[in-house]
Order: sequence, then C-alpha cells, then structure tokens
Amino acid sequence: MTIAETVETQTQDIKPPVTHVGILGWMRGNLFNGALNSILTIVTMYLLWKVVPPLIRWAFIDSVWHTTGKACRHAAGACWSVVWDNVRFILFGFYPFDSQWRPLAAMLLLFGLLFYSQNRKHWKKHLIYVWILGLFVMGLLMKGGLFGLSSVESTKWSGLPLTLLLSIFGLTAAYPLGVILALGRRSKLPTMRWLSIVYIEMIRGVPLISLLFMSAIIFPLFLPEGITINKILRAQIAIILFTAAYIAEVVRGGLQAMSRGQYEAAESMGLNYFQTMRLIILPQALKIVIPPTVSILISAFKDTSLVVIIALWDLLKTTQSVLANPEWMGFSPEAYIFVALLYFAGCFSMSGYSRKLERELSAGEQQ
Amino acid sequence: MKAQETRELQNGQSDNAMVEMIDMHKWFGDFHVLQGINLRVEKGERIVICGPSGSGKSTLIRCINRLEEHQKGRIIVDGTELTHNIKNIEKIRAEVGMVFQHFNLFPHLTIVDNLTLGPLWVRKVPKAEAEETAMFYLEKVHIAEQAHKYPGQLSGGQQQRVAIARSLCMKPKLMLFDEPTSALDPEMIKEVLDVMIELAQEGMTMLVVTHEMGFAKSVAHRVLFMDFGRIVEANTPVEFFDNPQHERTKLFLSQILH
Repeated sequence: MTIAETVETQTQDIKPPVTHVGILGWMRGNLFNGALNSILTIVTMYLLWKVVPPLIRWAFIDSVWHTTGKACRHAAGACWSVVWDNVRFILFGFYPFDSQWRPLAAMLLLFGLLFYSQNRKHWKKHLIYVWILGLFVMGLLMKGGLFGLSSVESTKWSGLPLTLLLSIFGLTAAYPLGVILALGRRSKLPTMRWLSIVYIEMIRGVPLISLLFMSAIIFPLFLPEGITINKILRAQIAIILFTAAYIAEVVRGGLQAMSRGQYEAAESMGLNYFQTMRLIILPQALKIVIPPTVSILISAFKDTSLVVIIALWDLLKTTQSVLANPEWMGFSPEAYIFVALLYFAGCFSMSGYSRKLERELSAGEQQ
Repeated sequence: MKAQETRELQNGQSDNAMVEMIDMHKWFGDFHVLQGINLRVEKGERIVICGPSGSGKSTLIRCINRLEEHQKGRIIVDGTELTHNIKNIEKIRAEVGMVFQHFNLFPHLTIVDNLTLGPLWVRKVPKAEAEETAMFYLEKVHIAEQAHKYPGQLSGGQQQRVAIARSLCMKPKLMLFDEPTSALDPEMIKEVLDVMIELAQEGMTMLVVTHEMGFAKSVAHRVLFMDFGRIVEANTPVEFFDNPQHERTKLFLSQILH
C-alpha cells in the first residue's frame, strides 16, 4: 500500500462525531456550550414559554376585530375593533370623510416615488422631474381647488399624511442644509465659519419642543399685521432647522475623516473648491457617515410626533383622540401597538435601506 | 544625448523658463523652512532634488503649485506669477502635474474615472475624448487592463503608475514628483521608475524629489542638494556624485550610497 492510498482510506473512514454536526451539534455549540450558557438557555426558554403563548392568545385567538366598543369589554383578548372601527380617523383625521381617497392616493404616490428612487440605477436627471411632477400632483390631491377637486384647508390635514409630510420634507430639506452647515463650519472664511458654529450650537442647545413653540407662538408675533404663515409650514421649518444642525455635526465628522491627500490631489489638478467638495470629498465623507446620519433621520422621523404640543393633529394625536372617546376608552394598548407598527415600518425601512446603500457603495472599493 | 540637451538648455533664452523662483522664503509658524531659494527650471529640464528629511525639498516643489504658500519673494510658473489670485492658481495647477508619495488616488472612483476627472471638469474636454486620452495613458504606463477596477484593488506600484497617468491626462507642461517611490515595496520601485524614465525620454519637464540616485544619474540634467531650507549644491549628476563640493553633500552622499 502506498502512502497516498493510506491517506485516502483514512480520510474516507473518519467522520466527525455526531455531537458536532446537525441539529445536535448546533445546539451543543450555540446553546449548551458551558454551564452558564446552559442555565441562560433554560431560563430564556422558560421566560419565552411564559410570555409568548399568552401574547399570541391575547392578540390573535381571543381577540375581537369587528365589534362595537361595548362588545369589546366582554372579550377576553385584544380589541382590535378600536383600530378597525376608527382606522379612517386615525389615518386621515379631520380630512373631509368623502374625500379621504385623495390623501390615500397622495400617500400611495409618495410610496411609489420612494420605491422608485431607492434604486440607484434611477438616480439620473429625469428623477428630479419625476419628483417635481409627483410633488405637484400630491399637493393638488391634498389641497384641491383645481380640476373639480374641492378645496381642503391645510388646517384639516392630519393623521398619517401630516406625519409623512413633516418627516419626509423635513428630512430631505434638512440633509442638504446640514451638509452646507458642515462645510461652513470648516470654511476658511471666518464669517462663514462663525455663522455656522453659532447656528449649530444654538440649535443644538435647545430642545425641539421649544423650537416648535417659538415657531407656533412667538414667531407670528413678529410678523407684520395681516400676514400669516401656515402653521404646518412653520412647524416644518422648525423641524428642518433642528435636524440640520445635528446632521451638520455628523457630516463634519465625515469631512474630518478625509485625508489631506485627497484635498491636495484634487487641488493639484486645478479643481476649484466646489468641484473638489462635490466630486471628491463629499461622496466619500457622506458615505462614511451613513450609519450615524440614518440614526439622526430615524430619530427625527419619530420626533415629528412632538408637533402635538402645538396642536397639529399628526398620527399620534388622532390616535389619542380616538381613545378619548368614551366608547373606546381603555383600549390604548391595541391602538398604540398599531401606531407603533406604522412607525416601526418607517424606521425599519430606513435602516434597511441604509444598509443596502452602504453595501452597494462600497462594493468595488473593498480591499 | 543628454549632454547635448543640457547645452541647448543652457543656451536658451530668458523667456524659456518653466519655473523661476527669486529669493523665495517660507515659514511654518516660526520655523523658517525655505530660506531664500533662487531656482530657474528651463523648459524640458529634469531636476532631481535630494537632501535629508526636513530640509524643505518637498515644501519647495509644493510651493510651485501652491499646495504651500510662500511668504516672501517671487515664483513665476510658465510666465504667470503665483499670487493670491485664485484664477491664476487654478490655471497654474491645471498646467502642473503632481505625483504624491502616497498616490492619493480617489478611492471611490474607478481607475478610468480617476483619469478623466481632471480633463472633464477642468479642461472641459468631451467625455469620449477624455476616455480615449485616459486609455492612451493607461497603455503608456502598462496598466490598461485595470481600467475598470478601483484603486484599492491595485498594488502600490500599480497605483502610483495610475497616479502618473492621471497627471499626464491633464497634458501638463511640468511634472512634480514628491518622493514617488518612498512608500513602495522594493520590488515595485522599478516599475514606477521605468515609467518615469520613459516620460523623461519624451522631453517632459520634471522636478523630482527622490533618493533614487540611479534615476538621478540616468535622467537628470541637474541634481540639487538641499539642507536647512537652502539649496546647498546644484550640479550635473556626474559632477554631483563624483566631485561633490560641500562637506554636507559629501556626508549625505556617503550616508545614502553606503
């Protein structure tokens, strides 16, 4: 027998022990590899056994879906009727009942546009025109007054469309403003630099609630008589100014991470400041700071719910007002779970998209 | 061949200067890094600058495209004086190519995009033409097959050759090399030097900060030795290496030539 044959027969004969492969092997490796981990696994399983089945029972088996508030009080499980019976008010608030297809259509259009834009292959010039047209149609649907659509005052805009309006426009406007502020803070021009620093530090020094109050109550006092600015617009501007300051600091971090050599290489070719920033520095710096930027965007999205304090009826406020109705009083867990799911869908898709974007942008450059 | 070139350069007219520095000074804070530099670089001339670290040689060539700002004296590049005029600075930078020690390629762009960026945005060349030029120079530095990779996927020597091609795409009148082989592994130095020698043979005006004395001997018209912010000695390579005049030059040569 040659040596090669010996090796071959040996490798064929020996198989890994049963305890190292398959389900048993996995469990041994991941759940019971040591005394402490075994105890933790058992305790966790016990807790899950105590919590999950009752939860499923409450939410799905014993729950009621299409009843009145009275019938709900006799049900053993969740009363999802509070959501289904009031879903139109929760979502659309005071928007005229017969015209609620209009905000619905506007939202669907918005989702469609967002879905279309998330593909980087579509990031071309025509996308700008698509958005301008889309925004016009959405505005028309919401506001009406043209093409036989009845006019709806913006004071009646409420619920989910208002939340989406405040957050999506808040975030898309705050991002470029934040980038400009970050560049300003690192500018060689003293005036630019100091203006940016003062702005960023002032805004970061106050809570969003106080900015919203100022926009709602103090700001109108300074306007000349007879001039009013839409309340939603004022809240929107407050959110933009607030978020931009935070984005500015994150982007500044990305700019500082860039090596001096990148600036020098760009400058030594004769690129001017704006070309250097746009073509060389920002594409790299903004990519580095995608994770913290998305954190800010997510928290800004959730912070839009603070507009309740200046009496704007966003999604959270319409839900609260349903719960204030005596018929539905006491069913707040069900209603808030529903709202939480909507917020979660928004936040989770943002963070999921950021991960996808990061992966795509660094595809070729890895080394 | 080189001797004849040198003679022609010496007979050149006064308007034949590519770079002229007149009593140029620079300080970093209190540190007087360049102390009265007088230097004239003729068109087509190739100069190697050497000297101990901290002697100001990198700073000297970085003043030519104003990556560093001089504070006293004059620098005239191809007939244009360097002042605070930003338009003049950008014009000069477009005419002067620079190769860095650490390559400084743009990692988020493919090789070919690295090369077309300058021509597209500074020279406003049409895209097809810029890409054609880019491929021409990639061929020239023997790296055309990597055109659609990213810089991070290339070796150091390949990156430096791309960096040279990137500068050449701007059709510069003068090339500055700031220790182009210092960051490379030994086996990659030759491939970069070969490209630089080819460039020299085509008559490019070059200012090279390097300690590659073989390169200096074979292509330089003049070798400058700098120490403590001054040009201590400037001579033809033969004279410089065989018959150094100053003690400091001798000491330096004995240290690097072993």
